[in-house]
Amino acid sequence: MAVLEILTYPDERLRQVSGPVQQFDAALQARIDDLEDTRLAGPGAVGIAAPQVGWFERVLIVDVSGRKKTRNHGHLILVNPEITEWDGFAMGREGCLSVPDYTGNVVRAERIQLEALDRHGEPLSFDMDGFEARAIQHEMDHLDGLLFLDRLVSRRQDLFQRKVYKQ
Amino acid sequence: MSNWYMLTLVGKDRPGIVAAVTTALFDADCNLGESSMIRLGQNFSVMMMVEGGDEAGVRAVLQPVAERLGLALHIDAIDPGLHQRLVPDVCIRVHGADRAGIVAQVTTRAEQAGLNILDLESDVGGTEQQPIYILQIEGVAEQGIDAIQTALAPLQADGVKVDVHPIETLIG
Ligand SMILES: [Zn+2]
Repeated sequence: MAVLEILTYPDERLRQVSGPVQQFDAALQARIDDLEDTRLAGPGAVGIAAPQVGWFERVLIVDVSGRKKTRNHGHLILVNPEITEWDGFAMGREGCLSVPDYTGNVVRAERIQLEALDRHGEPLSFDMDGFEARAIQHEMDHLDGLLFLDRLVSRRQDLFQRKVYKQ
Repeated sequence: MSNWYMLTLVGKDRPGIVAAVTTALFDADCNLGESSMIRLGQNFSVMMMVEGGDEAGVRAVLQPVAERLGLALHIDAIDPGLHQRLVPDVCIRVHGADRAGIVAQVTTRAEQAGLNILDLESDVGGTEQQPIYILQIEGVAEQGIDAIQTALAPLQADGVKVDVHPIETLIG
């Protein structure tokens, strides 16, 4: 068990783009375990991305299964994830382990299709929506050096949930 | 430099108010914390949490700016510190034909059901012959969302559309 230090904004390292995982070895497994220990030690985080602990590879963990009435795929450890389809938009409130004491409204895709590898390099694919899809998009932003602060919208716009459908 | 004030400025809206006020504060070595500016009708209003020296000093800096811009200035000493904000967990929206007392009815019922209101906005839309009323509230549901839903449900019977839904904050 190792709880790692979480980088906090404005640490410039949070801005870097992470590279793909190449080796699915014992070292990767140990780092994933540490990442999960760190997520669980934080205040109610449903997800964490490797760059938040200074590990600049494309790994994230999401688990929204503890939330009431939330559709989910359980505890997810995703390596080299890619979103292959986006659909719809939804406004929601986000905070971040790397941005203490602030929450704000962010627009995300309502529904996504996702391809990834599991911790052993086996392919996974998911069709997800709502809160879980939001969590994935938040964490994937970290892999690209983005924070929810980069996507804030006015708190005065969030009240009416709008859906915009692609033509 | 650890005195905090709530500054309130209200007046007829015109270009350049925010820049003029914040520049004056900056020149006076005041730090800006949370702030909220809004235009209602043709009127400007802003509330700002400001950390600065003594109250007389802050007033001396702002009063001339306020007078030049035609704004009423109000300064209150407040408890210091940021990070005291509450995170809303419920959103209520209400709309219907405009009628007297709707805000009072909604907020009274909701507060009795444990709602702590953090943000409220209301507006009148529609035509002059058929005005419609729109109310949006965010808050903390101290007794849960179901309690608020139950408390507001009777208003629906009067032709008012009431929608209560959770705001879930994602931390990740
Ligand atoms: Zn984050």
